[in-house]
Amino acid sequence: MRVALFVTCINDTLQPRTGRAVVTLLERLGVDVDFPAEQSCCGQPQFNTGYRHATEPLVRRFDRAFKDYDYVVTPSGSCAAMVRDNYPRIAARAAAEGRGRELTEAAARAVPKTYELTEFLVDVLKVTDVGAYYPHTITYHPTCHGLRVLGLGDRPRRLLEQVRGLTLKELPGAEECCGFGGTFAVKNPAVSTAMGADKVRAVTGTGAEAVCTVDNSCLLHIGGMLARQGSPVRPVHLAEILASTEADTAAGGAAGRAAGAEGGAR
Amino acid sequence: MSRSFLGMPAFPRAAAVSTRDPRLRANLAHATHTIRDKRARAVAELDDWAQLRAAGAAVKDRTLRHLDHYLEQLEESVAAAGGHVHWAADADEANRIVTRLVRETGEREVVKVKSMATQEIGLNEALAEAGIRAYETDLAELIVQLGDDLPSHILVPAIHRNRGEIRDIFRREMGKWGRPAPEGLSDSPTELAEAARLHLREKFLTAKVGISGANFMVAETGTLVVVESEGNGRMCLTLPETLISVVGIEKTVPTWQDLEVFLQLLPRSSTAERMNPYTTTWTGTTDGDGPRAFHLVLLDNGRTDTLADAVGRQALRCIRCSACLNVCPVYERAGGHAYGSPYPGPIGAILTPQLRGMAGPLEESLPYASSLCGACYEVCPVAIDIPEVLVHLRERVVEGGPVTRRGARVVLKPAKGHAAERAAMRAAAWAFDHPGVLRGGMRLAARTRRLHPRRLPGPGRAWSDTRALPTVPAESFRDWWRRTRGDAGGSERGGVK
Repeated sequence: MRVALFVTCINDTLQPRTGRAVVTLLERLGVDVDFPAEQSCCGQPQFNTGYRHATEPLVRRFDRAFKDYDYVVTPSGSCAAMVRDNYPRIAARAAAEGRGRELTEAAARAVPKTYELTEFLVDVLKVTDVGAYYPHTITYHPTCHGLRVLGLGDRPRRLLEQVRGLTLKELPGAEECCGFGGTFAVKNPAVSTAMGADKVRAVTGTGAEAVCTVDNSCLLHIGGMLARQGSPVRPVHLAEILASTEADTAAGGAAGRAAGAEGGAR
Repeated sequence: MSRSFLGMPAFPRAAAVSTRDPRLRANLAHATHTIRDKRARAVAELDDWAQLRAAGAAVKDRTLRHLDHYLEQLEESVAAAGGHVHWAADADEANRIVTRLVRETGEREVVKVKSMATQEIGLNEALAEAGIRAYETDLAELIVQLGDDLPSHILVPAIHRNRGEIRDIFRREMGKWGRPAPEGLSDSPTELAEAARLHLREKFLTAKVGISGANFMVAETGTLVVVESEGNGRMCLTLPETLISVVGIEKTVPTWQDLEVFLQLLPRSSTAERMNPYTTTWTGTTDGDGPRAFHLVLLDNGRTDTLADAVGRQALRCIRCSACLNVCPVYERAGGHAYGSPYPGPIGAILTPQLRGMAGPLEESLPYASSLCGACYEVCPVAIDIPEVLVHLRERVVEGGPVTRRGARVVLKPAKGHAAERAAMRAAAWAFDHPGVLRGGMRLAARTRRLHPRRLPGPGRAWSDTRALPTVPAESFRDWWRRTRGDAGGSERGGVK
C-alpha cells in the first residue's frame, strides 16, 4: 500500500513536530510514508468563511498531490472532515452551476482514501498498542469535527489507553466545543473566549499536565489561552504522544519535553 | 409590550455585552445543561430514533416540495369544517387581518396561546396600537410580558430569568395587568405557579377572543394541533367564542399518519417528555363545543422566498423544539437576545437571515454566530444540517449571489465590511495553490521569528487579547522533510517495508 502524509498547512507552518511525529510513528509500525510536496491546504478556512469558489483549486490540488496513493493520512480531524464531508458538496455545487464533473471525480478519488490518523491506525493497520511510552498525566478533548463529522468514537481513547506510563484523566464536558471554530475565533472573540475559558477551566480542573487532541488548530486556541493565563498545562497533539518511546524519554526527547521554543506559544 | 427586536445590533456586538453578564451566564448554563441532559436520556430510550428522525425529515421535505397542493387542500378542509381561511403575504398583512377580526367582535382584550408566529410578526404591538390588549398566558411568555422583556428562547422564553427575578416581576407587575401577586410571595416554584394560575384564571374566564399559533396543520382534515405542557393553551383554545390562529405555511403536514412521527419527535426533543402532556386538536367549529368562530391566518412572511433556496430551504423543516438552542455552546454564552429575533440559537441563525432576505448588518452577522461544532445538527429531530446552511449563507454574505425577496429573484452584492477579509482569503487560497510562494513566505516567517510581536495590533487583537500567539518554528515540516529525506517528495517512496 502506498501511504502519503497530508500534514496540513497549520502543522506544516506552525507545528512541524506533529508531522514529524506521524512519520516516526508510522515508520515504527512498518509503514513507509511519503510526503508529496505538491500538497498545501485543504481549503477549510476559505470554505467555512464563505469563499467556496476559492477552495475549488485546492480540491484539484489535493487530488493531484495524492492521486498515486492508496491512503492519505492526516493528523487533523477537521481537515479530514473537510475532505470527506465538504469536497463532495463543493463538487456537487460546481456541477449544479454548470462547471462540469471534474471536481466530482476529484472528490470521488479523494474521499475514500483520506483517513484521520487514529482511523488509519485502528481501522487500516488494526493496532491500538503502538508501542508508545509517555509518563505523564493527560486529559483528552475530542474536537468537534473528529467527534461529529468523522465519528472517531473511542479510537483516540483506545490508543491512549495502551500507552505505557500514561494516566488519562476524564475531562468534564469533553464533547463541548472549545470555541476555536476557525475564523469564528476572531469574528466572535467574546463568545469564543467565553467558550475557551470554560474549556480551560475544565482542563485545569482535571489536574492533568497536558491536554491532548487530534487537532492542532483547536490546540492553538486552548493552548494560547492556557499560556496567556500562565498555566503550566501544555497542549500536545495525540501523534506526539503515540510517537514517544522510552528511548525518547531517556534522551530528553518528545516525551520528556515540555512545550519548547518550537511550536510553543507565548 | 413596548420592546421589540427592531434595530438590534449585529451579533458580535450584542454578544460582547451579554457574555459579560454573570447572572445571565449562570441562569443559561444551569437551564440549558439541565434540559440538554434530560433530552439525551429521553431520546436514548427509543431504539428507532434514527428512523423517526429520517422519517420526520422526509415527510417535511415531501410536503414542502408540494406545498402549493397541500395548502389548497388545507384551505378546502378548514372551510368545509366551518373555519375561515385568510392568506397573509407578510407581517403587516397578517397584523391587519387579525386586528380587523378582533375589532369585528367588538372586544378590546384577547388571550394568547404561546406562539412563535405572532412573536415573529409583532402582533401584540400591532394590537396595542389598535387599542386591543393581548394577554400572554404561557407561563414563560407571561413573565416576559410582565417584565417588559423580550423572549430569549423558543420553548422557554424567560430562560434568562431565575426564580428570584420572576418573584420580583410578579410582585411588581401583576397588579398592573389584573389580579396582583399574593402577599408574601416567595420564589418557590409551587408558589410562583399558583400566583400565575390565579392571575391567569381571571383572564381565561372573561376573554371572548383567543389567539394562537399551531405546531401542525393536517391538510387532509383541516385539523390544527397545539402541543403544550401547561394546559393554559387549551383554556384559550376552548373557552373563548372566537379563535384566531396565525400559522406559518410550512407547518402543514399531509395526513394524521404523518403527525404520528412528529408527536414522537417533538416532546422528547423539546421537553424530554415521552408523551406530550396537552395536545389540543380542533377542526373548524363544532356546535355547542368550543369557539363558535374560527379563523386561520396562513402566514408567508419570507417562507416561499426561503423555499426557493435549494440549500437553505431545509430550515423550513423546523418544528420549533429548541433542542439546538439547548445544546449550542454559543447560545449558552451569548443568550437569546443577541440573535435579534424571536428565533434565537442555531436555528435562528439560519432562519432569521432567510426570512428577512439578508436585509442588514444583523442578518449578515448571524451566519457567523457559530463555531460550526455540529452539536445542533446532531440533536435536530428533523435532521436540519445547520452547519451546512450557515456556511451557505456565509457565502451569500461575502460573495453575494441570488436570493428571493417577495417572490422576485434578486442578486445580492457582497456585504460591506468584508473587503480586507476577501482579499486575504483570496491571497491565501492563491498562495496555497502556488507552493513555491508558500514556501518562501514560510521561510521568511521563520527567519524573522525572533521579531514577531507577542500581541497583534488592529483586527489581530481579536485573537491576541485573550490568547498567546503561536511561535513560528525555525523550520517548516516541508523543509525538514526535504533536508532529511533528500528530495522534494512525490518520489517513488511510500509503501510497506
